[in-house]
Amino acid sequence: MSDAAVLAVTDLTVTIGTRRGPARAVAGVDWSVRAGETLALVGESGSGKSMSVLAATGLAPRAARVTGQVRLLGTDFTASSPDRRRRMRGRHVGFVFQDPMTSLNPVLTVGRQVAEAGEEHLGLTRRAARARAVELLDLVGIPSAAQRVDAYPHQFSGGMRQRVVIAMALACEPDLLIADEPTTALDVTTQAQIVELVADLQRRLGTAVVWITHDLGVVAGIADTVAVMYAGRILEQGPVDAVFGQPAHPYTTALLAARPDPAAGGGDLVTIAGAPPSPLALPAGCAFWPRCPVRGDARCEHELPPLRPVSTRHHVRTFYPQHADGRAGHE
Amino acid sequence: MSEHERPDRQPGDSPPAGEVVAELDELCVWFPTPAGVVRAVDGVSLRVRRGETLGLVGESGSGKSTTGLALLRLVDPTSGTVRVAGQEVTGWSRRRLRALRRRVAMVFQDPQASLDPRLTVGSSIAEPLIVHRLTGGTAARRRRVEELLDMVGLRRDLADRHPHELSGGQRQRVGIARALAGEPDLIVLDEPIASLDLSVQAQIMNLLRGLQRDLRLTYVFIAHDLAAVEHMSDRMAVMYLGRIVESGTPAQVWRQPAHPYTAALLSAIPVADPQVERQRRRIILSGDIPSPVDPPTGCRFRTRCPQARPECAATDPVLAEVAAGHRAACLFAGDAVRAMRAS
Ligand SMILES: Nc1ncnc2c1ncn2[C@@H]1O[C@H](COP(=O)(O)OP(=O)(O)OP(=O)(O)O)[C@@H](O)[C@H]1O
Ligand SMILES: Nc1ncnc2c1ncn2[C@@H]1O[C@H](COP(=O)(O)OP(=O)(O)OP(=O)(O)O)[C@@H](O)[C@H]1O
Ligand code: SF4
Ligand SMILES: [Mg+2]
Ligand SMILES: [Mg+2]
Repeated sequence: MSDAAVLAVTDLTVTIGTRRGPARAVAGVDWSVRAGETLALVGESGSGKSMSVLAATGLAPRAARVTGQVRLLGTDFTASSPDRRRRMRGRHVGFVFQDPMTSLNPVLTVGRQVAEAGEEHLGLTRRAARARAVELLDLVGIPSAAQRVDAYPHQFSGGMRQRVVIAMALACEPDLLIADEPTTALDVTTQAQIVELVADLQRRLGTAVVWITHDLGVVAGIADTVAVMYAGRILEQGPVDAVFGQPAHPYTTALLAARPDPAAGGGDLVTIAGAPPSPLALPAGCAFWPRCPVRGDARCEHELPPLRPVSTRHHVRTFYPQHADGRAGHE
Repeated sequence: MSEHERPDRQPGDSPPAGEVVAELDELCVWFPTPAGVVRAVDGVSLRVRRGETLGLVGESGSGKSTTGLALLRLVDPTSGTVRVAGQEVTGWSRRRLRALRRRVAMVFQDPQASLDPRLTVGSSIAEPLIVHRLTGGTAARRRRVEELLDMVGLRRDLADRHPHELSGGQRQRVGIARALAGEPDLIVLDEPIASLDLSVQAQIMNLLRGLQRDLRLTYVFIAHDLAAVEHMSDRMAVMYLGRIVESGTPAQVWRQPAHPYTAALLSAIPVADPQVERQRRRIILSGDIPSPVDPPTGCRFRTRCPQARPECAATDPVLAEVAAGHRAACLFAGDAVRAMRAS
């Protein structure tokens, strides 16, 4: 794994103790993201996208057992003390979540909240922090930021609140921005604004971005590399052009075909039968086997396929990689 | 011949010419609130014919759900009329409305919230049969429930389960079975796929279309997702701030949008192709949707419209025909979009 990686996880596994038994939320995941680069984690609900980034940044719930290795800016993050981990996170990582209100305090002005993020981690005076808050609100496109700095979150629309959260995330000048479904709750025209904003900030500031989404269209627009998750594992991973242009896993192929495509006419959509498995009862072999249109042989059912390269940086976890023409082949 | 042609649909504007099942005429639904009167729906006219799907698309708060609820008379119209199966139901009493609820059914976004957690799947589906006194004895009812389960592709043994034992897609199938139970004239589908996993959305869309073909159902399909509305609808309407700003066949709206808002909406939808995305030029709208308490004068879209001119503040554009069956509410319909796309 390259040393230039801002964040790199190796064999990350998260098991959560629940009343109905251990839930394996994430199982042996490897990925890394470099400065100025965007890694997209894509997958359906419950596939382990959020849990993998929470575990990677030391924010997994208490009931979770996390194993594997995490390196943040070259430091062994997993081996660091909780206190050091908290400091590193505060100084180097910014977070943006789906619901801006989970990050905002309704009784504090937006300016105060953006300023606080800077004060604490950059050691700014209160006055300097306020000036910086105005600057940041302006940077994220809040109109007349100098006046709006004293407004409260409820006086902003959903899109504007998400901009405030992005300003807060940027306040500590992070090396890494973690965006967990930041546009899922927003309208498409607002989503387009936020995507544009993050891409622009990334170009200017060189931030590494991990962007979680279930929207393949958003991935196509923002990602350099993409990891497709299913039932806690990465099924396919690589440069976005390779994964979307020559999808090799039957799941990726089916997912790309399941969306209605206005250019393709109105016949029935390609469907994937059934639903994703529960993390409490994962199949023994390939987790996608019960739904797989290829369903190669008994091995798929009983043996976990390894993640293998189909080209230099493009990896896939299947015994039957698809060819570019959509036919299934044997390894 | 257009590449957009569909096997099950004629090209151009020829929706199946069934009789009108439901009709709204200049409907207004205003809600008094402490912050002022919310004009949720503010002059909407539409018509749904038997066997067709009318799609309603628009951003959050544009009035789609309120329009859908008005068709069931689950909200009271402030002015305008609602007609269902030829009868004006605008002023109907609560008693008479019970009969209407059989004629018009609704499927909601969140199947978890719309099903009673204490009832088994079978009882949930049987409920409308009992309320509307549709089947005789218990045995007949049981047979009808099994038939409905078959129709929506659920195993019969699921009848004894509770909603929390089902997946999201299965719960939505139960919601659809309930809606089918009373053999309604119209089914209003309010974001029926929004809360489902991507791989399950396609299953539900196929199911809805299959049922429509087999039973000649009539749908109003409400969604944020323009591609899904395009796929499902025979005709579609784009809403903005309580009004329909454009309507036509999906092909017309998708390929030749005539309203600047539709053009911006289309350009904002990300496409799952990195090469297309890299070359795309987006029309990024500035600002947010204005408050429905105090909509802008003249054209409601003018505060965000890249093509707004001084006239737009003075004149409220009507929904006018730009081609056969294709309407837009813009003073400069067509031209404005051409200008936007060229710039
Ligand atoms: N606090 C928790 N306790 C128990 N199980 C949990 C907890 N948080 C997550 N899980 C389980 O871990 C698995 C992975 O969850 P995760 O939140 O990472 O999914 P996700 O891919 O982010 O999904 P979504 O798209 O719905 O956000 C899921 O099966 C989920 O039910
Ligand atoms: N009962 C009500 N009282 C007050 N305001 C309401 C009520 N119902 C809806 N509204 C308001 O009316 C407007 C239209 O709401 P509606 O739910 O019809 O929009 P929508 O297009 O369905 O949006 P979404 O996509 O978010 O579901 C919104 O501004 C909403 O806040
Ligand atoms: S009438 Fe004017 S403001 Fe409204 S959409 Fe047309 S050009 Fe834009
Ligand atoms: Mg998540
Ligand atoms: Mg709604």
